[in-house]
Amino acid sequence: MADTLTTDAPLLSVEHVRKVYTTDGKAVEAVRDLTFELSRGEFACLVGPSGCGKTTLLKCIAGLLTPTSGQVMLDGKAVSGPPKKMAVVFQEYGRSLFPWMRVYENVEVPLKNARVPKAERERLVAEALDAVGLSHATRSYPWQLSGGMQQRVAIARAIAYQPEILLMDEPFAAVDAQTRADLEDLVREVWRRLGITVLFVTHDIDESVYLAQRVIMLSTSPTVIQKDLAIDLPDERDQLETRSMPRFIELRHEVYEQIQRAKRGAAAEETAVAAEH
Amino acid sequence: MKRVASTLLSTFALPVILIVIWFAATRQQTSAFVPEPVSLVKTFGEVWVGPAFTEQVVPSLIRLAAGLAGAIVVGIGLGLAVGYSRVLRDLLEPVLEFFRALPAPVLIPVLMLLIGIGDAMKITVIVIGCMWPILLNTVDGVRATDSVLTETARSFGFTGVSRFRYLILPAAMPRIMTGVRQALSIGIILVVISEMFAAVSGLGYQIVVFQRTFKIPEMWSGIVLLAIIGLVLALLFALVEKVVLRWYRGQREVENRGG
Repeated sequence: MADTLTTDAPLLSVEHVRKVYTTDGKAVEAVRDLTFELSRGEFACLVGPSGCGKTTLLKCIAGLLTPTSGQVMLDGKAVSGPPKKMAVVFQEYGRSLFPWMRVYENVEVPLKNARVPKAERERLVAEALDAVGLSHATRSYPWQLSGGMQQRVAIARAIAYQPEILLMDEPFAAVDAQTRADLEDLVREVWRRLGITVLFVTHDIDESVYLAQRVIMLSTSPTVIQKDLAIDLPDERDQLETRSMPRFIELRHEVYEQIQRAKRGAAAEETAVAAEH
Repeated sequence: MKRVASTLLSTFALPVILIVIWFAATRQQTSAFVPEPVSLVKTFGEVWVGPAFTEQVVPSLIRLAAGLAGAIVVGIGLGLAVGYSRVLRDLLEPVLEFFRALPAPVLIPVLMLLIGIGDAMKITVIVIGCMWPILLNTVDGVRATDSVLTETARSFGFTGVSRFRYLILPAAMPRIMTGVRQALSIGIILVVISEMFAAVSGLGYQIVVFQRTFKIPEMWSGIVLLAIIGLVLALLFALVEKVVLRWYRGQREVENRGG
């Protein structure tokens, strides 16, 4: 009975998170009031116009930033620093891999740090590199690889770490379209195979609909949730077929409209503020 | 083959020209204080090949090695701490600036009074003088650690020692090596100067003795030997750097090609 209880409770809950930055003595409200929950095993995308505080929110969830108010709960415990059960994949692959370590060591080092025994480490690293199709490049340095391959290394490092939740901050924003499609399918496959929870931040509407079970749309900064949309596409997804489904186009349309509304809302508010002055 | 030839040419062209000019200028010389190339080479062999090497050169090299090793340990250790801790930086920076402005040789008279004229004094002078470029470069290197890399390391739970071992020290390594390179040349200067002050052995001591006893070609040969030691050290350093900073050179090369 206890088992069912833990499975039903949300893995991640973001409760009234607000983040105010102070730069040059001026307070900037990046995130206003955000509340949402992720169930275990869910794949959710956070979409919003650029500069809407997505990254700030993600860093609050990852325990890299402390929210000004509100809190983030992971598996029933408040997040106060980077949690053990979480791995993050950043957008800037070129700056998130250790350039002084080869591919193998890059994937291995978080496990080494977590004092995972050597034999276990070897198995996890080999499996992770195999899952991202990089078993042949273990001896290379990251900077010898293409952008797409570097991001694969970062994904391998994240999955070898065996997180319960994987946070991805616009991971494919800086790779070319073809590589991007491959990496999208790779992330879907990893998610389905490992049964982990994925929170994927993107500004790409198509990408969010294609990848997720659920798309959470954010407003412009200061950020609130604009809409939380379930993606009722079949689990088997294909770059060509899924993207040409009428339902895909409808959902895409819906997300697009919400984002536009968010932008218009912000614009209207600005005009109102301007008119007042 | 052609490339090897052109490298050899560009490396040795100027030295050969200079030696030829030197040779021509000293052929009918009268000054006893300027040696001619042939007699210098002869004197060099006579003076430095044999027991003089172990009696005079080896002690200098040992002092230099000990001083540099001390400077590297202290410089990197202190540099990592100061670069990492804001509190420490705010506290120490003005003091460090003051001590850095102090030329190390002026410490020799002071240290002679405090710890005598032995090897301890000479090594201490080298440590203090060579520490600064390493220390300051390490501080800069630590502070320039990439923010995304830092966040990555944090998100994977790198704290304490492992944070230094896997992130901060390797990230600062290119700057640390720059500091060590500067320290090498300062080290040679200081070992010679400290031996000129008060010593019974060492290259600096020997050069002064030759000068005072008017053994002018011998004095010059000592200076040449110093230059050779400096050159060998620079080559050794280049070798070490090539291994330690392999990743850095490679990364830079890729970036330059891309951009």
